[in-house]
Amino acid sequence: MHIPDGYLSPQTCAVMYAAAAPFWWVALQRLKRSLSARMVPLISIFAAFSFLIMMFNLPLPGGTTGHAAGMTLAAIVLGPWGAIIAVSVALVLQALFFGDGGVLAIGANCFNIAVVGSLVGYGLYRLLAGRAPLRSRRRVVAGAVAGYVALNAAAFITAVEFGIQPELFTDASGAPLYSFYPLSIAIPAMMLGHLTFAGIAEAVVTGGVLAYIQRVDPSLLRTTARGSGDSEATRTARPRRLTPLWAGLAALVVLTPLGLLASGTAWGEWDSAEVTAEQAAYHIRELPIEDRQRLGAEFGRLAQNSESPRSIQELVAAGRAVAEGDLYEAGDIVQRQLGVLRAADPERYPQIATMAAAIRSPEGLSRWSTVWTAPVPDYAPSFLRSEAGGYVISAAVGAVLVGLLAWIIGRIFAGREGSTT
Amino acid sequence: MEKTLAALSGVLERSLHGEAISQQRGLLQSLDPRVKLVGLLALIVASAASRSLWVVWAVYAAGLGMALLSGVSLGVLLRRVWLSTFIFTGIIAFPALFLIPGRTVWSVPVLGWGVTEPGIRSATFLISRVLTSATLVLLLMLTTPWSHVLKALRTLRVPAVLVVVLGMTYRYLFLLVETARDMLEARRSREVGKLPPAEERRAATALLGVLLSKSLQLSGEVYLAMQARGFRGEVHTLDEFRMRPHDWPALGIMLGAAALGLWLGQ
Repeated sequence: MHIPDGYLSPQTCAVMYAAAAPFWWVALQRLKRSLSARMVPLISIFAAFSFLIMMFNLPLPGGTTGHAAGMTLAAIVLGPWGAIIAVSVALVLQALFFGDGGVLAIGANCFNIAVVGSLVGYGLYRLLAGRAPLRSRRRVVAGAVAGYVALNAAAFITAVEFGIQPELFTDASGAPLYSFYPLSIAIPAMMLGHLTFAGIAEAVVTGGVLAYIQRVDPSLLRTTARGSGDSEATRTARPRRLTPLWAGLAALVVLTPLGLLASGTAWGEWDSAEVTAEQAAYHIRELPIEDRQRLGAEFGRLAQNSESPRSIQELVAAGRAVAEGDLYEAGDIVQRQLGVLRAADPERYPQIATMAAAIRSPEGLSRWSTVWTAPVPDYAPSFLRSEAGGYVISAAVGAVLVGLLAWIIGRIFAGREGSTT
Repeated sequence: MEKTLAALSGVLERSLHGEAISQQRGLLQSLDPRVKLVGLLALIVASAASRSLWVVWAVYAAGLGMALLSGVSLGVLLRRVWLSTFIFTGIIAFPALFLIPGRTVWSVPVLGWGVTEPGIRSATFLISRVLTSATLVLLLMLTTPWSHVLKALRTLRVPAVLVVVLGMTYRYLFLLVETARDMLEARRSREVGKLPPAEERRAATALLGVLLSKSLQLSGEVYLAMQARGFRGEVHTLDEFRMRPHDWPALGIMLGAAALGLWLGQ
């Protein structure tokens, strides 16, 4: 899962550094306060241990071997903030010293594995372990499940980062410049390996080491086991200064217009123009070879009889695209010139007429698209002239809604805990 | 377990090898670590941002040239970088030859799969970039003692506390690696034949558990030792590097090349 350099564009790398930075900052501040001088040796040596975990090969059920990333284990022993720093340090060391993961991609790797992995692992462990006693079997299961889910969450984010590259960065000829698999391939390909082998390795290591710690030194589990009935259980301090996180969120909200730079549309966000182009390309692909040649020739003839220079240019290009088998290009042109093509005489241009008849305007799509009109269509309210401004406002509203939801869920859980203690 | 042992030994071997090369005389060894760090990073950025394959290849060639002038054997460089790149990136890049839509330039004789032009371009881009970046990072690490790399990180405004943590991590990593290796070997020497997988898993997780509690204990002891020497929680690093006359032109050439690459690559 360590992303090497070359898979992500420098722009994405910069954004990922920016995304990880506020978490690093908060983590450092909190560690300084709670651990003060102890922090330096503790984090250093735990980072070395995290590094080591990644080198341990385990035999897995099924005969293969795998290794764990260890961020959930780190989060259970050190707490989430300690884990973020320790795992990040281990990742930096791996990138520099071993070339395992790229240098420009350190921000992305730290965000995926150290930040997302640790926070998801920690949250899920706390949720599943509840207030079970330190030596209970429930904690082992909670740790294993949390490790499995955290690794897969990290893998999913990584897959998304890979998958958006071909949408955003291509050269003049349309060839992707960085990672080239779209989301529809990147996500299944990444998740397949992580939902199976890597996930199991993570679960085995997290659960196994947890079970071992329970037997020999359960006090190591106290930091993150508030209310476990253990009288010496230390209370983790409530996060007080979350300002940098809010600042980071605000920065991301302001950065959302970057989405406008993406020239392609996300998969699954086709509008009817794209559906038309798709239908045309499909029709041409299904044609027998001689019909396809005839269609190409008809495009050429229609171009000669056409008046507008733009149509001439486009139709000539369409003829060439059909001849070369570049169906995407052909489909796009057909969609743009559909009016001209439908007006063509069916007697003289039988292939074009058949194709035009085969293209149906996607009625279902247009009918359904009117059923639900989002209050903020295309992320930009109608009263806003600037699309970028609309993005920012939509992002801010979205962030507030998600925050509100999280707060309500938090209240429900907090209320439950408060009533029983 | 054998795999783990081999990996652990690999760490030690590589670091020794790196130390040996960084003590030799050569072009990169003679440069200020800050110059190397900033210059090589700029070149990596230039190759990463380039939209032209020629720029990526030029940066790669420059890397190989610097390696030759620094007494780094090309065999070692190629073996280490190419092997890992082709094992991981090669597997990922290969299907792209067929999957990326575009003009077909060649069909596999029996299967009839078409290799497309954008597919070839994209796969070449990915592999070239990975090779270039990995080579430059490896060069930096081979020709610079780790402690100098860390100090040079301070020039990039990395917080002092992180630099100190990175330095300590590196130091204790070797202690932990050796401890782990000793434990594994001790265990191995008492075994006859192969253990069932479940047993081996239990052994490995127990070993990790011991290492975990050992490392926490160690951190407590290290903390006390640091305190005894007057450590109060503030960290200081010595910035003792001094730019020598030939460092400036070297920095200029590297940054100039990177800027040229950025410009040509657009």
